[in-house]
Amino acid sequence: MSVQTLVDQFRSFLPREAILFEAEDLRPYECDGLSAYRQLPGAVVLPQTEEQIVKILQLCHATRTPLVARGAGTGLSGGALPHAQGVLMSLAKLNKIIAIDPLARTARVQPGVRNLAISEAAALYGLYYAPDPSSQIACSIGGNVAENSGGVHCLKYGLTVHNILKLRVLTIEGECLEIGGDSLDSAGYDLLALMTGSEGMLGIVIEITVKLLPKPEKAQLVMTAFDDVLKAGNAVANVIAAGIIPAGMEMMDKITIHAVEEFLHAGYDLNAAAILLCESDGSAEEVADEIERIQAIMQQSGATGIRTSRDEAERLKLWAGRKAAFPAAGRVSPDYYCMDGTIPRKRLAEVLHGIDQLSQQYGLRCMNVFHAGDGNLHPLILYDANRPGELEKAEEFGGKILEMCIHAGGTITGEHGVGMEKINQMCIQFKTDELQIFHAVKAAFDPLGLLNPGKAVPTLHRCAELGAMHVHHGELKFADLPRF
Amino acid sequence: MQVIIEQYQALIRAAADNKTPLQIRGGGTKHFYGNAPAEQPAAFLDTTAYHGIVDYEPTELVMTARAGTRLADVEVLLTEHGQMLAFEPPHFGMAATLGGCIAAGLSGPRRAVAGAVRDFVLGLRLLDGTGKDLRFGGQVMKNVAGYDVSRLMAGALGTLGVILEVSLKVLPKPPAETTLQFSMNEAVAIERMNQWAGKPLPVSATCYVDGELFVRLSGAESTVRTAQIKLGGEVLPESEAFWQSIREQSYGFFQPGQPLWRLSVRSTAAPLVLPGKQLFEWNGGLRWLSGDDGLDAETIRQLAKDVGGHATLFRNHGSPLPVFHPLDSALMTIHRSLKQQFDPSGIFNRGRLYPDL
Repeated sequence: MSVQTLVDQFRSFLPREAILFEAEDLRPYECDGLSAYRQLPGAVVLPQTEEQIVKILQLCHATRTPLVARGAGTGLSGGALPHAQGVLMSLAKLNKIIAIDPLARTARVQPGVRNLAISEAAALYGLYYAPDPSSQIACSIGGNVAENSGGVHCLKYGLTVHNILKLRVLTIEGECLEIGGDSLDSAGYDLLALMTGSEGMLGIVIEITVKLLPKPEKAQLVMTAFDDVLKAGNAVANVIAAGIIPAGMEMMDKITIHAVEEFLHAGYDLNAAAILLCESDGSAEEVADEIERIQAIMQQSGATGIRTSRDEAERLKLWAGRKAAFPAAGRVSPDYYCMDGTIPRKRLAEVLHGIDQLSQQYGLRCMNVFHAGDGNLHPLILYDANRPGELEKAEEFGGKILEMCIHAGGTITGEHGVGMEKINQMCIQFKTDELQIFHAVKAAFDPLGLLNPGKAVPTLHRCAELGAMHVHHGELKFADLPRF
Repeated sequence: MQVIIEQYQALIRAAADNKTPLQIRGGGTKHFYGNAPAEQPAAFLDTTAYHGIVDYEPTELVMTARAGTRLADVEVLLTEHGQMLAFEPPHFGMAATLGGCIAAGLSGPRRAVAGAVRDFVLGLRLLDGTGKDLRFGGQVMKNVAGYDVSRLMAGALGTLGVILEVSLKVLPKPPAETTLQFSMNEAVAIERMNQWAGKPLPVSATCYVDGELFVRLSGAESTVRTAQIKLGGEVLPESEAFWQSIREQSYGFFQPGQPLWRLSVRSTAAPLVLPGKQLFEWNGGLRWLSGDDGLDAETIRQLAKDVGGHATLFRNHGSPLPVFHPLDSALMTIHRSLKQQFDPSGIFNRGRLYPDL
């Protein structure tokens, strides 16, 4: 169906300003947080009510039109990249906090509500929403559900999947599913887990009930410098071995420390090979106990310098450096490409060494920030898109890092999602049979494949072609597939 | 061990070819849970042959073990390293296996604060209804590659596949624990439990039964001590045995031979007026109902639904009533479709969860 015909039909139930189809109006929607991938959609719709969304879905279904949902557009894997022949549906206007139940410790919110806005609204009751992705000031809760977003506190407080109770979901046919409940579990299969992190491929989330937690009484941070990355990695293991689950545990490598310090003057040790930020939260007594033990462990692990925040201002200042790692990368390089692999922590030194070698091989610098507690590594590859071929080189470098994460027993994405970006690496992480199950799950919800087509799970054909190009350890992947 | 997997695959393929039901069986301790099979299984797949710890790195907080490993063995090993399964799963017998624990999806007293079985599943290996050997998730805390098929298996009662191995997140055992006891009525107990859950207190379990509220505090010595002063109450001696008796349903409330309903509801829901006796856990989110007569399934299910939850006939003692709460037709369609995709010949534990799954 032509865009014009679709737009005409949208006009029968959407106000004029809720339909965009001129190129200049579509431009802001051509990419999400991964700006290297751009595509104009056929049209953009901005519904405000559930009724409108149902009609949009029914129309897309009837006309076999691909539909891509978008929240705040902060995603880093191209999950909200538009489809050229499709409709992009922004859920940004569904931005109401419907209700907060302080006694039950839940909030019922629309998908366009910003992550941080939930905690701000809950603060009145001494409660907050725990998952805190670095983009929490802008990212929407609907997008968080689609990507199963984490954050710096997720070792202790969990990911999105651990912090939601119920979803209202519309299928591509426009049918409403209530998944989960106000109770802690529900009858039948755990579709709540299946929906979380499904990248807009299974349904459109139109309402989310999140769990709220009591705000910890106190938080305190220990910043430790090490002259060797391996020592910093061991320090992390030593903290865990002592039975401590820190609220946050972040590591930065030398190049990151320098980039950040130049930018922010957070007081980081420029001679350090790695800096570890370890946060404790809880009751005042608990924090005092834990901080003392953490300091001792850091000392025993070969720290070259330890600094403990004395007050809230100092704690925030020490965090500010870590939180500024991405903008700092933007200052030292015209462009950067953020990766998102997860590895078993014990393989850290080996993987960092491998990244260093690749960095030399490709002639591109790479900053490493690391959610050290849970093994989630964010290498930031620095490049200049204006230099011909450099983006391609950065992408290839990034792909190699992800393959290394798989071989280390990890995964290609810890929290950013597969989207468009890591679709090829999915062929390496999963076997044909496993990818087939993913396609089968998709088909159970969206048999025509209209929701966010081409993302998250590669076609077997794509993997076969890719397998022909990359041969690992002498074994051809997908050898069982026909080649054409 | 590969030989055992090949035997399993042969069993599955034979059952799939003949479209005959295959019952997956571990230690048999949770055999009572779920609907009786629609027809007598033609064959059994015994998971206990495939046992043993595959990998355990205490400092990575991850354990990978084969499904047939005894749950008790897993817990002994974790205890040796000062760690635990934080969801505190019920065993219901010495023979309980890890695979059965995941498939049943049942969690114990700590669930309201720590999370459920599914929250700790990081990855698993399974055989689908065609005998394919598949792996989903992984051995790392954060992993969003592909749909979360691993967590989907928790509580699926083996209807989607045979769990072979599972990787779980494990946590350190809290160094100190104390249980406080308070006398109060139901309504006050519900309010109190929820108020405390909204405060930064180290409450790790709650139970209300026979007019008494039991609150377990876990954490650092100093935290537990301070919270104890704040909350008051009487200290319960032998508290570990008490929580174990709640978890394992050996406490007096759980009368053998009587129908037992499990109502999972909004934790703040006012007391549900029903015949029989009730015991609360999870800050009021879990309400056990025991009684031999006058319990009407329709009434119970409607009441549970009205307060945002669902009701399960947890121990049915041969009653023909369906065990699990009926699903809306749209959700049931998705369930059937998933079953069809994972187990196209419909061989695994047919009818255990819902009649046509």
